[in-house]
Amino acid sequence: MTTLGRWLAAFGRFWLDFLFGDSLLLFPATLAIVGVAFALRHQRTAAIVVVPLLLVGLIAFAAYLGRQRAPRPGPGEGEGG
Amino acid sequence: MSAATATLLVAVFAASAVEMVEALTIVVAVGVTRGWRSALEGAASAVAVLIVVVGAVGVPLVRYVPLSAIRVIVGTLLLVMGESWLRKAVLRASGHKSAHDEDEIFAETVGELRAEGTATRRDGVAFAVSFKGVFLEGIEVAIIVISVGGSQHRLGLAAAAAAAALVVVGTVGALVARQLREVPENLIKWAVGIMLTSLGAFWMGEGAGIAWPGGDLAIPVLVAVFLAASLLMTAVLKTRALAPPVPAESS
Repeated sequence: MTTLGRWLAAFGRFWLDFLFGDSLLLFPATLAIVGVAFALRHQRTAAIVVVPLLLVGLIAFAAYLGRQRAPRPGPGEGEGG
Repeated sequence: MSAATATLLVAVFAASAVEMVEALTIVVAVGVTRGWRSALEGAASAVAVLIVVVGAVGVPLVRYVPLSAIRVIVGTLLLVMGESWLRKAVLRASGHKSAHDEDEIFAETVGELRAEGTATRRDGVAFAVSFKGVFLEGIEVAIIVISVGGSQHRLGLAAAAAAAALVVVGTVGALVARQLREVPENLIKWAVGIMLTSLGAFWMGEGAGIAWPGGDLAIPVLVAVFLAASLLMTAVLKTRALAPPVPAESS
């Protein structure tokens, strides 16, 4: 692969990682919320309430999905606590 | 100074500082492992390329693309970046993710470099690793500068805030070198995530045609909403720890 090809591949990987690296959900859901903003642009009150609420809901859901399991207790460790 | 200008300065400075701490971690790891000359040359070359990128992409963007289109595109990019940082900050604060990236980045970079073997006087590996680290972290800074600056037609001000962050992080980094774990990374990322999400929501909305009540004054309100929501999420997730995984052999 040429130097230019490697740079282009790295640039493509950067954007993939930027948009989808942390969560597959955030980018497509954000695009959907942008669509909602356009749809509600003539209904001011609804727009200024619904758009921030959708964003809060998205972050909360993405964080909920990103929870990590607690480590398993080692041999001899109790279940309690 | 308007709310939007103040938020621009703080958001660009803080976001740039966080990315630069990660870049600095890589440069320090390269410098310690393979020698400082090539590490610093790689970092300086990456900064030079990034300045060219900001000039080549940012200036035409600000001059020739309609402001509403810029605001929708960069608002969306800022939202994705801000949501991601906020999500990670909430996960860290609630104990679902390790608190520091820097130790991991440092260990990973040192491990990679040791695997490459002994350094020569002019170290191509050190140059490449340092360049790549600074360039990739710096591209995020460039996106923030171009998007935040472009959205308000204040590219120069955004670039100046990023340059100030470079000077501060570079100076502090030179003084403390390997003490990067002392940086309150999660707190900064949390604040920056809230600011980027708020600015992104504001500009995306303005670009889409939503008239925010109070104009720029809606930004502090959005900041308050996302701050309160993230504190609530952290409190809830602290009580929602997943059970340990079930062993594969058990049925």
